Amino acid sequence: MKFGVVRFPGSCDELDALAAAGLVGEAQLLWHGERDLHGVDAVVVPGGFSYGDYLRAGAIARFSLVMESVVQFAREGGLVLGICNGFQVLCEAKLLPGALLVNRDRRFVCRQVDLEVANAATPFTSACSPGELLSIPAKHSWGRFYADDSTLDALERSGQVVLRYAAGENVNGSARDIAGVCNERANVFGLMPHPEHAVDELSGGSLDGLKVFQSMHLALEGALA
Amino acid sequence: MIAASPAAREQSALPDVQDAIALGLTAAEYELVCAKQGRRPNVLELAMYSLLWSEHCAYKHSKRLLRTLPTQGAQVVMGPGENAGAVELSGGLVCAFKVESHNHPSAVEPFQGAATGVGGIVRDIFAIGARPIAVLDSLRFGEPTSARSRYLLDEAVAGIAHYGNSIGVPTVGGEVYFEDPYEQSCLINVMAVGLARREQLVRSAASGEGNVLVLLGATTGRDGIGGASVLASSELGGAGEDGEGDSDDRDMRPTVQVGDPFAEKKVLECTLELLDAGVLVSLQDLGAAGLTSAVAEMAAKGSVGVELDVAKVPLREPGMAPWEVMVSESQERMLCVVAPADVPRVLDCAAKWEIGGAAIGRVTADASVRVLAGGQLAGEMPVAALVDECPLYDLAPQRPTAPLYRPAPAQLAADCDPREALLALLKSPNLSSRRALFEQYDCIVQSRTVRRPEQADAAVLALPDGSALALSIDCNGRRVAADPRRGTVEAVLECAANLACAGALPLGVTNNLNFANPEKPHVAWQLSESVRGLAEACTALSLPVVGGNVSLYNESAAGPIYPTPVIGMAGELPDARHAGRAGFWRAGDQIALVGPFAPSLAASELAKLQGLALPDGLPAFELDTVIGAQAAVREAVRAGGLLSSAHDIAEGGLAVAVAECCLAGGLGASVELPAVLLAGERSAGALQALFGEGPGGFVVSGEAQALQRLAGHARVLALGTVGGEELSLAAGPTELRLSLQELGVAHGALAELFW
Repeated sequence: MKFGVVRFPGSCDELDALAAAGLVGEAQLLWHGERDLHGVDAVVVPGGFSYGDYLRAGAIARFSLVMESVVQFAREGGLVLGICNGFQVLCEAKLLPGALLVNRDRRFVCRQVDLEVANAATPFTSACSPGELLSIPAKHSWGRFYADDSTLDALERSGQVVLRYAAGENVNGSARDIAGVCNERANVFGLMPHPEHAVDELSGGSLDGLKVFQSMHLALEGALA
Repeated sequence: MIAASPAAREQSALPDVQDAIALGLTAAEYELVCAKQGRRPNVLELAMYSLLWSEHCAYKHSKRLLRTLPTQGAQVVMGPGENAGAVELSGGLVCAFKVESHNHPSAVEPFQGAATGVGGIVRDIFAIGARPIAVLDSLRFGEPTSARSRYLLDEAVAGIAHYGNSIGVPTVGGEVYFEDPYEQSCLINVMAVGLARREQLVRSAASGEGNVLVLLGATTGRDGIGGASVLASSELGGAGEDGEGDSDDRDMRPTVQVGDPFAEKKVLECTLELLDAGVLVSLQDLGAAGLTSAVAEMAAKGSVGVELDVAKVPLREPGMAPWEVMVSESQERMLCVVAPADVPRVLDCAAKWEIGGAAIGRVTADASVRVLAGGQLAGEMPVAALVDECPLYDLAPQRPTAPLYRPAPAQLAADCDPREALLALLKSPNLSSRRALFEQYDCIVQSRTVRRPEQADAAVLALPDGSALALSIDCNGRRVAADPRRGTVEAVLECAANLACAGALPLGVTNNLNFANPEKPHVAWQLSESVRGLAEACTALSLPVVGGNVSLYNESAAGPIYPTPVIGMAGELPDARHAGRAGFWRAGDQIALVGPFAPSLAASELAKLQGLALPDGLPAFELDTVIGAQAAVREAVRAGGLLSSAHDIAEGGLAVAVAECCLAGGLGASVELPAVLLAGERSAGALQALFGEGPGGFVVSGEAQALQRLAGHARVLALGTVGGEELSLAAGPTELRLSLQELGVAHGALAELFW
């Protein structure tokens, strides 16, 4: 399978995501100014500060040419993973519910956090077991997941809450400890922590992030990479 | 009223010696400028001379001293004089690194001052063709009991985080000290590190007559026009207002630049793409003194001339005078030299990355800098006069006869309880955990970070061939104040010790000499003694100084700062998997003290807390023995396996070092100090052994066999065993027991400053 990793001006973690995806499949960059997705099987919208986070994180990136194609790709059921700034972009593009607000402590925070797999039946978490703890770093200043209570209730009922911060690990004050959500169809997934930074023993602190990419491979190829 | 155009005004009257003095030149320097020009300089020329002949650009009080530093070594790829130094690593890669200060802007506007400090030094790294892979910071503030210091700390850290995080360069390490002499003169030093293939490196020397000067990046505005703004005053040309608002407003224009990390990120990617394509003949970033410095330096290094037209420079605001364009310090700009045939390709790449790109001039053969304004000659100066012929001054050093610094208020009694002392030290601002600061920095982007802050004494970054780079930055200004020469030697040794604990061999040094006014004899003495110490330590370690920066005049009515020669060091270890750790992590491991460490309370952190005055001089030590112990530790760490941890003894002495090892690994320890450390009077003896400081000491843990092996190469004294939930320390009859939780609470004290 082939991953496409979007590169916006101001993306910072696109090469990390490219390398992580490359561990389980082929991977190539997708330029923000082109509509062509080059036939990729899954799209990763990476972390960073697309367009300098000007106006609002993700607010400008959603209008890029490549995002027109990503939205269409998602509507057709294609797998789309949004990490950190990518999560913000997908929320702005209305591919995912809710919004990301400034952290409770109003500061950037970079910390290895434990995440609990709340739904292991999505194409992004099927390589995990339900309730499994994943150790993955988070680093952001606008990561507090917010939605109104009825939306949050609905998300919980429909299994769209995919990852939660484990007890004591909610670094940003997210509603109901939500770290990652998917859309109703479960083909679009966004999370604030960075699975692409937990794929290597030396620099990752854990290998748990790899499971997100392996799950996507499993969903598309019917087997782990 | 008819407003004179700026250009007309500039031609109508020439500035005089008073204007030159207002711009920071001396009367004699002004006369010399007239002699070099063969006439009185016009406004634009005087503005350019005043900047290039400033201390900041010309190093006129430090250049002679800096020439005494060792700069040679087989590993040196680029030495002082380029945008950054560079040393060769294994596997054909080159590590570029440099530290720079942004002290004065940060004292005025700490967020932007610190942010643009990051932006500037990162540009220096990609200006030589290296991809920036790491940032480290070195900060100094007054005591956090002062609201101003807390404000400066909070804003400066946020500024560094804002810029570094946004451009995707990890901030992997750093240091901060809080001392009263920095209250009015904070220090913001930032070190940036880059990686390149050797053949990718590019120099700043312009070459090739007819080649084109292309300005890349942001537009040019009136921001950052510092002392030169005096030229905007109406008295100068006698022409009065110029239709742009009154002259008072122009005088008040902000002299601190505003950073745009998004613009920098795009300039960075565009520049590296152009270098990959091989279309840049030479490259220079625009920093202090903007275009003035960039064109003059590029011309001087290439022994060529340049001609540029300010009318071709894309501007941020209308009506800028030629001199304003030349001295603007607008951020996120790069100047490159390009063969005429490659210009369209360069401009296309700029368009792709949505940054500005404009051909503004060309390389000439006549050894002068010629500035045009819309095709009309606006100024012409010999390159050599601008860059190389600023007069240099000898210092008049004089050892001070009375103390320069007051002692800090006493918080502990001279005969304090050791347990109370340990907790007070752990929570003191200089020693407490930096977690609340470094968690604001992205330390993992680019996926190279093998050791994050507090995991090891040095930051460790993995390299593609399996080896790793280790980085450290350090300087204890209080110890340098007590003994400028030996204190500087210790600062170099401290960095080398940090690298040794990671298993890395030092390859090169960069430095930022932060001092007060060198025209004062006692400051001149601090500076010259300190540089002597720097040369001595680097020579002993066979370490070249490959770059650096000097920041002088860091003083206020309250007095001079502590002399602060910040040392940045880069080294390499062969196998990233064997990078050392600071913390105890395996219960049952033996703990030992390695090295000739001879604890002394002179200028120690405990002495500060006890309100003691700085001593006149630090204890002597054998440099070679310390370096030998570092080599022994380095080899033991590199060997991997048997040695579990290594941490060097610094502020707070042995007891604090052991406590830090416990906290870093989450394991307790049982330690008994060897009798040899307990010489001297009884209670003072215990305090000195527990909290005394000095170079050449390491706390290591590991299997007995590893410690036995070490003993063949350095002094090894058994200290105790790793394990349990508490730290138990015995120093003769003195015993203290503290739970990990108690230690952790004390060590977390700095976090309170942030909420």
